Amino acid sequence: MMRRLLFILAFVGIIVSIYAAFIYAPTEPMMGHIQRIFYFHMGTVWVATVAFIIVFIASIMYLWKGTRKWDILAFCSAELGVLFLTLTIITGSVWAKPIWGTWWTWDPQLTTTFILWILYIVYLVLRSSAGNDTKKAKYAAVFAIIAFIDLPLVYISVRVMRGISPVVFGPGGGGIAPEMMNALLINLAACSLLFIVLLLERIDLERMKDTLMQFKLRDN
Amino acid sequence: MNKIWAIIKKDIITELRTKELFSSMLLFALLIIVVFNFAFGFSVEILNLAAPAMLWIAFTFAGVLGLSRSFALEKEGNAIIGMLLTPTDRSLIYAGKMISNTIFVFIVGILTVIMFILFFNYSFLTTLVPLLPIMLLGSIGFVSVGTLFSAMAINTKLREVLLPILLFPIIIPVIVSAVKLSGQVLDGNSVFAAGSSLKLLVSFDIIFVTACAVTFEYVIDES
Repeated sequence: MMRRLLFILAFVGIIVSIYAAFIYAPTEPMMGHIQRIFYFHMGTVWVATVAFIIVFIASIMYLWKGTRKWDILAFCSAELGVLFLTLTIITGSVWAKPIWGTWWTWDPQLTTTFILWILYIVYLVLRSSAGNDTKKAKYAAVFAIIAFIDLPLVYISVRVMRGISPVVFGPGGGGIAPEMMNALLINLAACSLLFIVLLLERIDLERMKDTLMQFKLRDN
Repeated sequence: MNKIWAIIKKDIITELRTKELFSSMLLFALLIIVVFNFAFGFSVEILNLAAPAMLWIAFTFAGVLGLSRSFALEKEGNAIIGMLLTPTDRSLIYAGKMISNTIFVFIVGILTVIMFILFFNYSFLTTLVPLLPIMLLGSIGFVSVGTLFSAMAINTKLREVLLPILLFPIIIPVIVSAVKLSGQVLDGNSVFAAGSSLKLLVSFDIIFVTACAVTFEYVIDES
C-alpha cells in the first residue's frame, strides 16, 4: 500500500516537475530556454550525491554488522547513483554545448565528477564479480569506503593541477527568480521520490534473487 | 614490531633468491621510457614538458606490475594461510607487506630516476636529491592502497587484471601532486614552489595508510 502511494507520488512529482521546468519557470534572460535543463541537472546530481553517501554508510555498516541487507542497500544504491550521475553528465553536456561552446571541459568540478563516475563503475564491476559470495562482497564495501575518502583529495588535486578555479555558484547564490527556485525545489523533490521508489524496487528484486537462490539450493 | 620485521625479512629473502619481481619491474619501467621516447619523436621541447609525467607513468605502471605479484606469491604456495594462522594482528600483516612493497617499489623508483637523468641529461646533484623524498612519499601513497587492493584482486575472478582498474582512479591525487612536484624539481625550482602539492601528498599518505590498515582485516579474513 505504502509502496503504491510512493509510486503514485513519484509519478505525479515527475509530471509536475516537467511542468515546473518547462512552463512555470521564467526563461532565463542570458541563456534562454537551454537553462531549463538545469533543473533536471541539479535534481539528478543531488540524487547521485545522496546515493553515494548511502553507499558509504551502508558499506561501513556491512563491514561492521555483516548482514546481507546492508550489502544489498549499498549495491542497489550504487547502481542508481551511477545511473543518475550519468544523467547529470549528459544533461550537463547538453547545457554546456551552446553555452560554453563545448561538450566537455576539464575544469575541476567536471573532472572530479568524471572520476567519481569511474570510481563507482569500478565499484559495480567489483561487486558484480563477487555475485553471491559474501566474502567478496566485503571487498566491494572496502573499495566503496576507500573511494569515498578519496573524493575530497581528488577534488583538491584537480584544483592544484589547474591552479585556482572560479566558483560557479558563490555562497551568495547570485539572485535567481523565486519561480526558478520553486521549480528547482520541485525537481529536487521529484527526483528524490523517484530515487526512493527505484531503490525500494531494486532492493526487492535483489531479495527475490536471494529467495530464488535458496529454492535452487534446496532442490539440489 | 618483530612481527612486521619478520614479514619484511621474508619478502626480501624471497625476492633476493628469485629476483623475478625486481627485474621485471625495472625492465618494464625502462621500456615505458623508451616507448614514450619513440611516441614523442625525440623532440626536445615536448620531452621537457612531458618529462615528469613520463617518469611517473613509468614508475606507477611498473609498480602495479610488482604489486600484483605481491599477494599472488603468497597465494601460490598457500603461504597466506600460514601467515593468517599465526597469532598476529591483521594490521601488522598489512604493515609488513606494505613496508616490503614500498621498499621494492622505492628502489625501482630510484633506479628509474637514475636512468631518466642519464637519458635526458639532467643534473644528478640538483635533480636526484630532491626527487628522492618525492619518490618515497609517492611510493608510500601508491603502495598503501596498492597492497590492500592487491590482496583483494587476487581472490577475484579477474585476478591481476582487476588491480590497475581499482588502483588508478584512487591514486589520482598521488600522481597529480607527485607530477607537479617533480615538474618543479626538473625545472630547477624548489620543491616548495609547487604550492599545496606537498601537503596533498603527505595527507594522502597519512589518510590511506591508516584507512587501509583498518580495512585490511576484511579483505584477508578466512581466505
